[in-house]
Amino acid sequence: MTSTIIFWLIAIIIMGSALMVVLLRNIVHSALFLVVTFVGVSGLYVMLQADFLAAVQLLVYAGAIAILLVFGVMLTVRGDIKYSNLFNRHKFTAGVVSLGLFLLIERIILSSDLLISNKPALESTVGPIADALLTDYVIPFEAAAILLLVAMVGAILLARGEGKPQ
Amino acid sequence: MDKLFVNAGAGLEQWMVSGLGLSSIITNLIMVVIQVAMILSFVLLNVLYLVYLERKLSAYWQQRLGPNRVGPRGLLQTTLDVIKLISKEDIVPQAADRKVFKLASIIVFIPAVMLYAVIPFGKDMIAVDLNMGVFYFIAISSTTTIAFLMAGWGSNNKYSLIGGMRAVAQMVSYEIPFVFSILGVIMLTGSLRMSDIVAAQNDVWFIVLQPVAFLIFFIAGTAELNRAPFDLPEGEQELVAGATTEYSGMRWALFFLAEYANLIAMSALAVTLFLGGPAGPWAPSWIWFIVKVYIMIYVFMWMRWTFPRIRIDHLMHFNWKFLLPLSLANILVTGVGIKIYQWFIQ
Repeated sequence: MTSTIIFWLIAIIIMGSALMVVLLRNIVHSALFLVVTFVGVSGLYVMLQADFLAAVQLLVYAGAIAILLVFGVMLTVRGDIKYSNLFNRHKFTAGVVSLGLFLLIERIILSSDLLISNKPALESTVGPIADALLTDYVIPFEAAAILLLVAMVGAILLARGEGKPQ
Repeated sequence: MDKLFVNAGAGLEQWMVSGLGLSSIITNLIMVVIQVAMILSFVLLNVLYLVYLERKLSAYWQQRLGPNRVGPRGLLQTTLDVIKLISKEDIVPQAADRKVFKLASIIVFIPAVMLYAVIPFGKDMIAVDLNMGVFYFIAISSTTTIAFLMAGWGSNNKYSLIGGMRAVAQMVSYEIPFVFSILGVIMLTGSLRMSDIVAAQNDVWFIVLQPVAFLIFFIAGTAELNRAPFDLPEGEQELVAGATTEYSGMRWALFFLAEYANLIAMSALAVTLFLGGPAGPWAPSWIWFIVKVYIMIYVFMWMRWTFPRIRIDHLMHFNWKFLLPLSLANILVTGVGIKIYQWFIQ
């Protein structure tokens, strides 16, 4: 009972702040509402007893928003930041695409058997994740690491500009 | 004596269940509220006198007397300062982004208090002994940057914005060696739980086994706290007061409060990870905890008033080209050391 109430509270907070991210015209406010969304999602993880994932969500997503904000402010070329996150005219197309995506995800969720599990929650979630990452999934893990490294080198090259002296 | 607070808490709980006939959920709720209130009053009282301590110590280090007019030896100075700050007008600049500006001063205090949930104040005196306590600490403390950026942005002032930007750049970069230095301790313990880390230091403190990690932790921790010699986000000579330039009265006091609350939390983490936690001979564990935390705080203050501020590019170079490789090397050496140790034992 209590958990249901808390779930709906968190869900409303997540949905509301996610809507604000899209609807607000000031990109800084949008980014700040994105923080609220991420904190809400991490609250959901706590409710699912995935405490490690919740902390990662806070550290990686909510923490990184600060950097996103800095870049948002630095890269905005408009004179007035109040109109930095504008709408365009493709409302109809966007609506169709969103509806399609929503139906697709809804089908996947409802057809999966992950909805209800009778297994007890894990005592510690850290150890199993580490074991999985360093044994069964070590190749995908390393591949993701290399991909990130390549992306980082690429970003530095792009930022420096090719051929220019330092 | 050692179990004074633990027994008092258990006794209170017992009395509420049997004496007042309350259900266990309500009793638990009341106990949580009491714990939060205790931690808050611990933090606030300590901050009050840490400000006094810092002013007095800095004065002695600079051949001055420091506050000595209000009360005996100036002991009431900070108390009256708080009253002054509360009674000040709440000024919000006209051009400021009002909501962000107001929210920032509140948000900065939330992670500062949340950190204390996993601090072991004594034997069996952790509010929540999470199985990933250290990771929780890191995750929560990483969100402090947002408040600084909000303050810098919301003030709509060039000094504030530069201060906020610097705070982000510095805190995000120094977070990496900070976390890596903690990893050495985690590898030795094999657990992220605070009580396990304390228990693992029964024989020898981790400062002996991990001296390099402790140094990295201390330096990166100073940078995370934005204290001198890494106080570039609020460098007075260049930025007036950085992100807090436009704040006054109680809103400014909240930033100040959060800064010192973070200082206590960081010192407590250092004590837990490297100085054996609250354990110690003869005296009760909570006294040892306070003594050790105050030694750490003293060293932090000593650093602040001894070293000059470094330049922003030096700050970044020092982090990325020295601290980060050093912390990675420390992890490697620790791993090899653990393997060799196990090899000889078996």
